[in-house]
Amino acid sequence: MEKLIEILENLQPDVDYLTTEDLIDGRYLDSLTILSLVAEIEEEFDVEIPTVEIIPSNFNSAKKIYELIERLKEE
Amino acid sequence: MNYFDLTYAFLFLPIVIIIYNIMPKKIRPAILLLASFLFFFMISKFLIIFLLLSIVSIYMGARKMGSLDKKKNELLEVASKEDKKEIKDAYRKKKKSILILVILFNITFLFVFKYLKFFTVNANFLLDCMKVGWRFQILKLIAPIGISFYTLQALSYVIDVYNEKIEADKNFLRVALFLSFFPQIMEGPIARYSETAKSLYERVRVNYHNLCFGYQRILYGFFKKFVIADRLNVVVGKVFENYTCYSGAAIACAIIAYTIMLYMEFSGTMDVVIGTGEIFNVKLPENFRQPFFAKNISEFWTRWHISLGAWFKDYIFYPVSLSKPMKKLTIKARKTLGNHFGPLISGAVALFAVWFLNGLWHGAGWTFLFYGLYQFTLILGGNLLEPFIKTVCIKLKINRQNLVYRILQSVKMTMFVFIGELFFRAPTLAVGFGMLKRLFTKFQLSAITNGELFSLGMDKKDVLIVFLALVFIFIISLLREKKINIRESISKKNVFIRWFIYYAFILAIIIFGAYGPGYIPVDPIYADF
Repeated sequence: MEKLIEILENLQPDVDYLTTEDLIDGRYLDSLTILSLVAEIEEEFDVEIPTVEIIPSNFNSAKKIYELIERLKEE
Repeated sequence: MNYFDLTYAFLFLPIVIIIYNIMPKKIRPAILLLASFLFFFMISKFLIIFLLLSIVSIYMGARKMGSLDKKKNELLEVASKEDKKEIKDAYRKKKKSILILVILFNITFLFVFKYLKFFTVNANFLLDCMKVGWRFQILKLIAPIGISFYTLQALSYVIDVYNEKIEADKNFLRVALFLSFFPQIMEGPIARYSETAKSLYERVRVNYHNLCFGYQRILYGFFKKFVIADRLNVVVGKVFENYTCYSGAAIACAIIAYTIMLYMEFSGTMDVVIGTGEIFNVKLPENFRQPFFAKNISEFWTRWHISLGAWFKDYIFYPVSLSKPMKKLTIKARKTLGNHFGPLISGAVALFAVWFLNGLWHGAGWTFLFYGLYQFTLILGGNLLEPFIKTVCIKLKINRQNLVYRILQSVKMTMFVFIGELFFRAPTLAVGFGMLKRLFTKFQLSAITNGELFSLGMDKKDVLIVFLALVFIFIISLLREKKINIRESISKKNVFIRWFIYYAFILAIIIFGAYGPGYIPVDPIYADF
């Protein structure tokens, strides 16, 4: 989780990733940031995020993103 | 028949509601499907065959992919870890060939009906330029109404089944109803199977609450169309067809009038469509979310024709920008260009594909392609300039959250929208550029005093009615933006106040509606796309 927060803070500072739960719906992360984020996560966590998983409910909070990574790791 | 025909709201729809309600629960979806086919037959006659072919193709394609998934999962259960990847790859390949076949089948109809003429005309132009004494024959075809909408919806269903986002539906009737539901078949919204299919098949009886709420929404759409859009249509038609006869001020008025007319006509249609869905307890996705409250053009497109934007984002933007080569490019570029410009390269490639296809989707013409590329340039330009603007604002100590700054941003965005809509409406690119040139070179303020502006088809009374109606729409939009549900508040009032509001609204449409001599009703704009 710490690593993920670090990636997020590096991409888009000034957001409290531990409490914010509308990263997409609140427009904190735009489409371009998502591109970087996906590429970073794939490299760092050795998972492949299919485009079908790129939906607001999977990216609205750091917790949700982490859950997605964990789920993809298991698959 | 279209959604603004009185026969739709006060004859066709009530008949469907009555039959739907008196029939046993079990056959209610079949009633909706029959009503949908009848509606489509009335607007497109025997071209309904192409809708039926699309339904059958996506149903069969999805079922085949579904059975492959089932077989794959059975094999995966007993396979070793090493074999699993091989099995997955083998079945993905099989599914992909089915998906491509279904996509090609559906896209071919779209291409033949919508784009063949455009490509033939341009190919003939090239052949003429090369002095080849031979030309392609131009076929005159009439496209089934709504083909651009239902094709995208059909593709979303098969792609979602391919991605295992949803399961292939075994119920043919439900798939057919999902694709042909009569309120949305002409102009969308482009719904997803996961959003609407379940509620389409819930078979809930039409009740008083849904009927009231549905017809309220339909009336709101009628208000936008009859009071505002139809009143502005005369001005738009006059100026766009003979722009050389008018001053820059008149052209500016026509561009503004067209943008408002387009918004009122299309969002009004969506009110009728979504209101009809509400009557049958079907929640169709919203297509507009106060677009002119957006801060920039990029946000504008997340608020205007939302279902189309979401379709392009999910099925073009992310698949292109997150393809393997693009991901590699993003990682490399980020290391050298940084967080902002790094992902912009793959983002720009995907954005170009989105806006090129978006322009083409709206119509086979150079004006639409230009319109798409214009939006692409604005969004990309905005992203490229963002770090520069940020630095300047910090240096000059400008607070970007300041009200004045935000108003200026909104004005800038609205100007960009106006110019885009000018090309969207212009019959040719030459006319579009001609109008733009005239707008700046022949702009005379005397047009306000010499009576030119009132000779365009709207007298002072018409201008006042449009102004007051827009103030009314603005207040409703403001409340919606603040997430205040006006309809719920009205429904809590006592019966006299409630019906007073309803009657006042109906009377306002009857009294202030622009119909009769001197007015030309707007044809359904998006139904042609």
